[in-house]
Amino acid sequence: MSESNHVRDIIRNNIKHRKNRLEMIMPKLFLIAGSISIFTTIGIVLTLLIDAYHFFEQVPIREIFSTKLAPLGVNPSFGILPLINGTIITSLIAMFVAVPVGLTAAMYLSEFSSENTRKIIKPVMEVLAGIPTIVYGFFAYSFVTPLLMNLIPTLEPKNALSPGIVMGIMIIPLVTSLSEDAMSSVPNDMREGALALGSTRLEVTLKVVIPAAISGIMASFVLAISRAIGETMIVTIASGSSKNFTLDITQSMQTMTAYIVEFTSGDAGIGTGYYSLYAVGLVLFIFTLIMNLLSRYISRKYREEY
Amino acid sequence: MLNEKNNNHHQNNIVYDVKKLNLWYGDVLALKDINLTIRENQVTAIIGPSGCGKSTFIKTLNRMVDNIPAVRTSGEVLYYGTNIFSDTLRVEELRTSVGMVFQKPNPFPKSIYENVVYGPKIHGISDKKILSEITETSLKSASLWEEVKDRLHANAYGLSGGQQQRLCIARSLAIQPQVLLMDEPTSALDPIATNKIEELINELKKYYTIVIVTHNMQQAARISDITSFFLSGEVIETDATQKIFTNPNDKKTEDYITGKFG
Ligand SMILES: Nc1ncnc2c1ncn2[C@@H]1O[C@H](COP(=O)(O)OP(=O)(O)O)[C@@H](O)[C@H]1O
Ligand SMILES: [Mg+2]
Repeated sequence: MSESNHVRDIIRNNIKHRKNRLEMIMPKLFLIAGSISIFTTIGIVLTLLIDAYHFFEQVPIREIFSTKLAPLGVNPSFGILPLINGTIITSLIAMFVAVPVGLTAAMYLSEFSSENTRKIIKPVMEVLAGIPTIVYGFFAYSFVTPLLMNLIPTLEPKNALSPGIVMGIMIIPLVTSLSEDAMSSVPNDMREGALALGSTRLEVTLKVVIPAAISGIMASFVLAISRAIGETMIVTIASGSSKNFTLDITQSMQTMTAYIVEFTSGDAGIGTGYYSLYAVGLVLFIFTLIMNLLSRYISRKYREEY
Repeated sequence: MLNEKNNNHHQNNIVYDVKKLNLWYGDVLALKDINLTIRENQVTAIIGPSGCGKSTFIKTLNRMVDNIPAVRTSGEVLYYGTNIFSDTLRVEELRTSVGMVFQKPNPFPKSIYENVVYGPKIHGISDKKILSEITETSLKSASLWEEVKDRLHANAYGLSGGQQQRLCIARSLAIQPQVLLMDEPTSALDPIATNKIEELINELKKYYTIVIVTHNMQQAARISDITSFFLSGEVIETDATQKIFTNPNDKKTEDYITGKFG
């Protein structure tokens, strides 16, 4: 009894003489740290907007939405559609690879694999996700393209198909890991309910788990698309810099990101070509912003489901 | 085992004949030498203190224990004469004949209609007309039709807990099983919802064989014909419910029902 009173005395004494300086300083530090990222974002967007504005002053809007991109020509033309086309096509090819493979792997990991298999596969996937994109680019150019040339003789050395496929491989872990999270967070009672009605494991997965996790799965797709849209190195290396406006995936195409690389690493000077970088950057920013908002919207819906 | 003077239950066909059933979770023996007979159109209640193996037992009857990797069994569970552990019996087939209702209502995050037709659909019924007939009959049998007939396409999660549980019963009935297994189906519900489910069970036993786990002894006394008392993974006593609650053979049963432990 006396001992516990003793503890009480110490605590009373300590709390009376407690210095609250740290309590005052820390929240301010947190605020500053948080503000840095906000200000950086605002700064980036402002730079984009201002320099893009210079570009839009110099180039008529009709030219921007044309299919002719020839920034260094004698009569330069700044049609952005070839770049948007290149970005969309390579991203679609990537999704064509990443969605089926990534989702199947997620289904396997979440619904079929044993605990031990999962313990092996997940870290391997993380390694795959950690490979620098320049390595993937090299892989696309010097391995996948020659391989594909055996199948498609008309394939150009630089083309949209090969980097599209390799980007797809690169984002498989993203799709798998996020979809697997969404699927494993479906409560087990739902699986039991379905099994008790005589469903097979596959039926449970396809008819109960995936529908219940669909918003999380969709959100993973959207994130994967925005990853593909923003991907730079692979397409720069393996898709080349032809400013073709074409749907032929065996040809070289340039994406928005690859265009920016070409011009910042070359000698674009300070003319209209230079400012076009910012316009393209702005469009790219808007693309990924929309994707991010979309994925946020989808995952918010997902939280309300059960 | 059954007291023959007290009832004429022996006339009902045997649905389940459990013989010397043992079940291990890894090295832990959870069911010990269980012998039990379950007969048609009766409500068999399984009672006993928490952890005595009631859920394990009832989940063995439709082989839901298969989902736990470390489970091993020995002995026989004959379902209409077929050993449910035999390799020739597909577990899905057993489960279309033996429905299950869980402790916590677990409707799918789909519409009321989609919940009911889930079973019929995966078992190959696609005709819209048949499916809506099934929906109506099943919901009526589960005494839920009147409450939901105007919102069949609303999400099942908009229903109250008791309604959700009756929806789960309707979902099981939709594939017309022979047996309904219920693992403490009212333990997550309030007294009014509980009462509704008990009335429903009374109605359903005309058409189905019901095995219900409950740790509520009054409930067992109210709704069951046969009661089996489990203790530490063993069947202590199985008898007509009235006999168990008024004049049990075993001292341990008496201690349990008079509230001396559990
Ligand atoms: N998945 C499991 N793995 C290991 N042991 C389990 C598992 N489920 C239940 N048990 C054990 O088996 C015994 C019986 O459990 P259970 O059948 O759930 O009892 P009840 O439903 O009567 O409360 C308990 O000792 C419990 O700890
Ligand atoms: Mg239990």
